[in-house]
Order: sequence, then C-alpha cells, then structure tokens
Amino acid sequence: MTPLLQVKGLTQRYGARIGCADVSFDLYPGEVMGIVGESGSGKSTLLNCLAGHLEADAGEVIFDTRVDGPRDVRAMSEPERRMLARTDWAFVHQNPRDGLRMGVSAGGNVGERLMAVGARHYGDIRGQALDWLDRVEIAADRIDDRPTAFSGGMQQRLQIARNLVTGPRLVFMDEPTGGLDVSVQARLLDLLRGLVREMGLSAVIVTHDLAVVRLLAHRLMVMKSGHVVEAGLTDQVLDDPQHGYTQLLVSSVLQA
Amino acid sequence: MSDYNFAYLDEQTKRMIRRAILKALAVPGYQVPFASREMPMPYGWGTGGVQVSAACLVPEDRLKVIDQGADDTTNAVSIRRFFERTAGVATTGRTRDATLIQTRHRIPEEPLTRDQILVYQVPIPEPLRFLEPRETETRKMHSLEEYGLVHVKLYEDIARHGQIATSYAYPVKVEGRYVMDPSPIPKFDNPKLESAAVQLFGAGREQRIYALPPHCKVVSLDFEDHPFVPSKADHACDLCGSDTSYLDEVIVDDAGGRMFVCSDTDYCEGRREAGHLGRLAASGPSAPGQEDAA
Repeated sequence: MTPLLQVKGLTQRYGARIGCADVSFDLYPGEVMGIVGESGSGKSTLLNCLAGHLEADAGEVIFDTRVDGPRDVRAMSEPERRMLARTDWAFVHQNPRDGLRMGVSAGGNVGERLMAVGARHYGDIRGQALDWLDRVEIAADRIDDRPTAFSGGMQQRLQIARNLVTGPRLVFMDEPTGGLDVSVQARLLDLLRGLVREMGLSAVIVTHDLAVVRLLAHRLMVMKSGHVVEAGLTDQVLDDPQHGYTQLLVSSVLQA
Repeated sequence: MSDYNFAYLDEQTKRMIRRAILKALAVPGYQVPFASREMPMPYGWGTGGVQVSAACLVPEDRLKVIDQGADDTTNAVSIRRFFERTAGVATTGRTRDATLIQTRHRIPEEPLTRDQILVYQVPIPEPLRFLEPRETETRKMHSLEEYGLVHVKLYEDIARHGQIATSYAYPVKVEGRYVMDPSPIPKFDNPKLESAAVQLFGAGREQRIYALPPHCKVVSLDFEDHPFVPSKADHACDLCGSDTSYLDEVIVDDAGGRMFVCSDTDYCEGRREAGHLGRLAASGPSAPGQEDAA
C-alpha cells in the first residue's frame, strides 16, 4: 500500500532558530496521526509546512495525488498546490474565525469550496450545504445565519463542514478542540471520530491535549524544541512513554 | 485655447497612460496599474476617466460627457467644460455625433459604433474587493483564475433575497478569463458591454486602467438555476414612451406621485423629437431640466 503522505526530513528555520527539524513520517490512507508537544515545540510550524502555508527550508512532502500518483508537494506549481488545498486537502484552524468567512452565511461558507471547484447550480449547492450542516448537527434553519451568530462549538463544526464538503482525503487540524468547553469538546470529538471513520479520512492532528489524541489518533508523534523525540502507536506512547519529555508530558495531565 | 498643454496633461503623462491603455486592450479585463496624476477635481469625481479621456483626445474629437445618463448634471457639465477649456475640442450631447464619450454609471441606449470610444469613470476597479480585502490576495486570485468567491457573493444574494439582488456593478467574465467590475453601471447595461466601440475604464484613486476591445466576449456571472436577468423598472418612459430604455424614478409631489423617465436624456429627447410621446409628455409635469416635453 502506498502511503497517502510521505514526509522526509522536513525542516523549517526561523533565522537561527529552529521551527521544526528533520521530521519524517508516513501516513497511510484512513490513518490519523497525532502530534503533541508543548507550546513552541514546532507542531504548528510542522503542520503549516505540511499544508503549504509555510515554505519549508528543506525536505520532501510527497502526496499520493488522485491523478498522477505520489508527487512532491513542494515542487508543485502554486496553482496545482492551491487546487490540491481546496479539493483533496482540508485545513481546520484552531480559531474558527481564521477558517470561516464571518460575513458570509453558513450556507455560503459551506458552498464556497464547491463553487471554487466549479459548482454553478444554486439548488445543488444549497442541497449539499444542508446535508453537511445536518451531518455536523447544525439545524437546517440556521443555514442563512452568519457564523457571528453561532456559538464557538457551532462555529468549529461549521468550519469542519466547510472543509469536508468537497470530500478531501487528507485533513490537517490545528487544535480543533482548543478553546471549547469540555462537553462541547466531547461532542466535537465524537463527530470527528464518526466522520473520519465514515469517510475514510486521513488526518494530521496537532494538539496539546493528550485526551484528544487518545480518542482520535492511531499514531502519535511527540515533539520538543522542533524535534520529534518519540513516535509510535498512541496507546503505546501514552501508556509506556520512553523519552523523558514524554514521561513528563504524560505525568503532567491532571486527573479529574 | 489657453496656456494649458492640449487636454491638460503633459505629453509624457499622456504617453504613459496610452501605454497602459494599449496593454489593457491587449489583455481584456486585466487591471493595468498606471501612475495616476493629481487632477484639478476631487477623487470620486472621475479623475481616472478624465485622465484616460485626456490621453485619447485629439483636436478633431467631438466629446460627450454623461453622468448617470444625463448630459446636464454637475459632473457632466464640469468635465465637459474642463475639456472645452483645456483642449478646445467640440462637445455635443448627441451620442451619435460624439467620437469620444466619457461616462459615469451608464452606457448610452443607442448602440455605439466602431468609430467611438467610451471611457468609464471607475470608483473601485477590483471586483473582489468586498469579498477579499487583501490586494496581494486578490491579485493572486486573478492570476490563478480563482473566482469561486464571486459566486459566493451571488449565492448570498439568492439566500437572502430569493434572487440575485446585485443590481449595479454586476461582475462579468471577459473572454473567459478575467472577472471584471464593469463600474457601477446598472446590470441592465451589461449586455451592451459587448459593443463595437472601444471601452476604456479608468480608476484614478486606485490607479488602474482596464479595457474591453471591440466585440469582446463579456459574460455576466450567474447560476444555472438563477440566470442573469438585465432588469429595469417595469414601466414605459412617461416622456417618450420607450419601454426598452433604462428608467429613473422621479418623485413629483408629496402625495406619492411619481413618474418614470429615461435615464439617457439624449435618447429620450431624440425620441420625443421623432414624435414619440409618453403618458405625461403633453400635459403632465416635466422632468427637471427637460422643459419642453414634445
């Protein structure tokens, strides 16, 4: 089986400082990879490099495209990369305000990606938007409301709907549950888990919440100061941490 | 003639503007940056259009200036006088007689010919501006032909109003490539953008020139199930009786009385001279500035 995403020696520097250094991993179809680490450990930098928001200094990001097979994303032309970003890829921001158009109705937000890939039938677009709002548990009568009228949890669910509407194969998530209260978090995680399983999505999830990765991720990478210090199956890493930093991280979680 | 250089601008400036115009004509719908000059009028009064007109004028030209269809409003009168004084060119109110027409917010009803140039005054040349505030991003979107966002705007219209409520500055796609803001003309005028005349668009404050060469393909964007409709008020002109021209609604008293008149004053006068009469032409109140109806 070919990996959906192969990352080899990905490095990003900010001047003399290291954003992330020499990160390599494979991600197979249907697999969810978690990236954990403290603030400033380079997890968001890594995610942005993968998603093409940052131009990495070195390394390869090879994506198994539908048409041409495995290709290095960094060597693609910008139109190709942007096309990929709105069809096969999705990016869920930590703050839904970064990922949504706040001045546009919920339906318009969900429909934007469809229209960007050429949908020109209002009825169809609206139908799909309704379908997706239903799947992320937003009532159909909220379709013409703007995201500003939504709660934080609803905004985050709307952002997920907006990203998944074109049926992407790879989703990048940057702290998808950050800033939500625990019950809303639990619902969102449930929803994500369902969608990932149902659609066979592959995902890279960056978070500092170990409970989130425990629930969602099959495999886990632990980052510290820009380096991957430990990687493996989620349960294995969390239950039997080998690296000193991972041990610290796991033991730092408060028990409720 | 006065001590001004012909048509106010110096020759080097006109040369610079002409180069921008040529480039704009070569890439229809593409916004060409140019070094817009300070003009002796405020921004928003047609500084872009005036510069383009100045660069195109020759002494043999006959100039017509339209403001919202009318030849006799402040903007039209002052720009016409400006060129009378600085270029000494002949002016006219008749669409047919003019060789260069500068317009604000309308296209004349009478079809233009290959010997005419139509110059638009443009306040905001960027059709994506209110959808995407970053100029760097809109330029990238133009260069990569990413125009999905324009449809998001139209989608919002239908979701909110049940139909495409954008009634002016209606976005068009030029020659299947660039999405263009046709300046704030009513969408009724959009089909007239496919014309035999050269059409030039000048935005002075935003420092952009763009153009439509003759018979250029211009498609108004829409949805398959909500096609583009060039709408107008559902009346006939009360002065000349035309039911195919774009109408202005004029309130005539404080009891709800109103009349509809052609926004294109020259077209309306021409029809009345030819003997067409509307509902209020003989007896009723006349529109401002049009004393002797029929």
